[in-house]
Amino acid sequence: MTTRRSRPARTAGSYLVLTVLALVFVAPIAYLVIGSFKPSSEVIDGVGGFVPRDLSLDNYTGMLGRFASPATGYFADFFFTSLLVTVCVVAFGLLVNSMAAYALARLQWVGRNAVMLGVVALTILPFEAIAVPLFYALNDHRNTYYIQILPFVASAFSIYLFYSFFIGLPKETEEAARLDGAGVWRTYLQIIVPMSKPVFATVAILSFLTTWGSFLWPVMMIDQPQKRPLPLAIAVFQGQPPYDWGQIFAFGVLMVLPVLVVFLLFQRWFVQSLASSGLKG
Amino acid sequence: MSAVATRRSGARRRETLAGWTMMAPAAVGLVLFVLVPFLLAGWLSTQNVRLDTPQPPSWFGFEHYRRILLDPDFRTDFWTGLRNNLIFAAVVVPLQTSLALALALLLNKPLRGMPVFRTFFFMPVVFPMALVAVVWKVIYTRGELGLLNSVLDTISFGLIPAQDWLGNPSTALLAIIVMSIWQGAGLQMVIILAGLQSIPAELYEAAALDRANAWQRLRNVTLPGLRNTLIFVAMVTTILSFRLFDQVYIMTGGGPQDATTTVMFQAVTTAFQTNNVGRASAITVLFFLIVLTITLIQRRVLREEREIA
Repeated sequence: MTTRRSRPARTAGSYLVLTVLALVFVAPIAYLVIGSFKPSSEVIDGVGGFVPRDLSLDNYTGMLGRFASPATGYFADFFFTSLLVTVCVVAFGLLVNSMAAYALARLQWVGRNAVMLGVVALTILPFEAIAVPLFYALNDHRNTYYIQILPFVASAFSIYLFYSFFIGLPKETEEAARLDGAGVWRTYLQIIVPMSKPVFATVAILSFLTTWGSFLWPVMMIDQPQKRPLPLAIAVFQGQPPYDWGQIFAFGVLMVLPVLVVFLLFQRWFVQSLASSGLKG
Repeated sequence: MSAVATRRSGARRRETLAGWTMMAPAAVGLVLFVLVPFLLAGWLSTQNVRLDTPQPPSWFGFEHYRRILLDPDFRTDFWTGLRNNLIFAAVVVPLQTSLALALALLLNKPLRGMPVFRTFFFMPVVFPMALVAVVWKVIYTRGELGLLNSVLDTISFGLIPAQDWLGNPSTALLAIIVMSIWQGAGLQMVIILAGLQSIPAELYEAAALDRANAWQRLRNVTLPGLRNTLIFVAMVTTILSFRLFDQVYIMTGGGPQDATTTVMFQAVTTAFQTNNVGRASAITVLFFLIVLTITLIQRRVLREEREIA
């Protein structure tokens, strides 16, 4: 008989391991948040970086004051760029990709199978594989908002996620609506969309996270401060001496705050979305 | 009879029209911004084309590929990048997958407070990589005041000396690896959790009847049940390893001494700093071939899995 630990001891062991791991996972985030409220000189201070001492909003006001001319760009510009680009990519993406997936999953039309094959083939292609030629072809459109939006609206992967969901929906309601004389568009808008909230949430969340964090494309296309999205702006900020880590951390907190708020509000959706996107892919 | 046929073919024509109309916006976007650039990459990779001259592209054959892969004057860059990608994948895939599996198994226990722990482990996933890279760059600060150095010094009672994590060629890639695992494990964890919850409870009941211990349950029920999930997770992480760019760009710029350069980093700097679009496109094509190979292997392995099951 092997030695068996008692149930309470095992439970305590699990909690101990979980707590240690949780501390490791949270530590960098805690460091970021605490550092953003501390005097800059005390951010890089060994484990002392975790000690919340002399807290103030100085880094936030200082950072906003630093980005206050057209040469540096304004923090509000960076934030607006990220917000505009993300809202447009997510909203147009939901519309365009769900429509396409509905046509592929539910309608009979000439060329449908060929198009579906093409969409599946394109899901393999990561953006990195086309970034360089795209950068070459669109060189005249640098430093615009639309160039940060247009290439990312249509997405083979989003179409695929919508398609997998639509194909599993029962056909009865839809056929009843069609018999009642509802056209394709009305069936899509009034029957399909309301039944498909989970997949819309999944695609919206995935697209939101990817777009808000988008980095490679802005690095290639944007050099004007006014059109910089937040990830590119913080990369530029942290590379320019003299380094003010408190202010850089304040920038970081403001940059992740919208994502964290949405995440904490819709946490179950986030987790389910990302888990299911994994299983289907 | 013929009226019905006409009406039916009219309906079909209307449906074809509606089908194409609904498909059109996405189709235009995919053709313009995915398919055409992809074909363009192939064409540009055979051209001598630069951004800094007004000269039009000219035929270069496979010279870019020869230089990238074989020419002693140029090949080091690409092979060093590929080597770093491979090291990254070889360390991150097993380590991150095991960590994510361990986290998922812990969270799957029927204990109180699990959603709170899940939130903690998952939180890094929603952080933009650029921000994560900035924060960890500060954590890796060299000298005794660096956070990581100070933490290691404290828990080892002074046994571990301070390192220049990002400045030393032998630790820089490791530093990027650790940070990437921290950011990526939570995502894998929720995918594996979903996989765990889809394993039928009867299998565990049967194992309990057979008096299987915890280790036997893990080996004979849990791991086989998770097989497809784990293969999927490992493959996705492998592909992500080859896409590595943001962290390198922000934390090390490929250095020190090319210790952290990657294939993607090579492609971007070649296009951007040396304006050599042709060679950058050739690197891009090679990158795509690597990703395609991994994807095909993944599909083959998963299909065989399904046939057995």
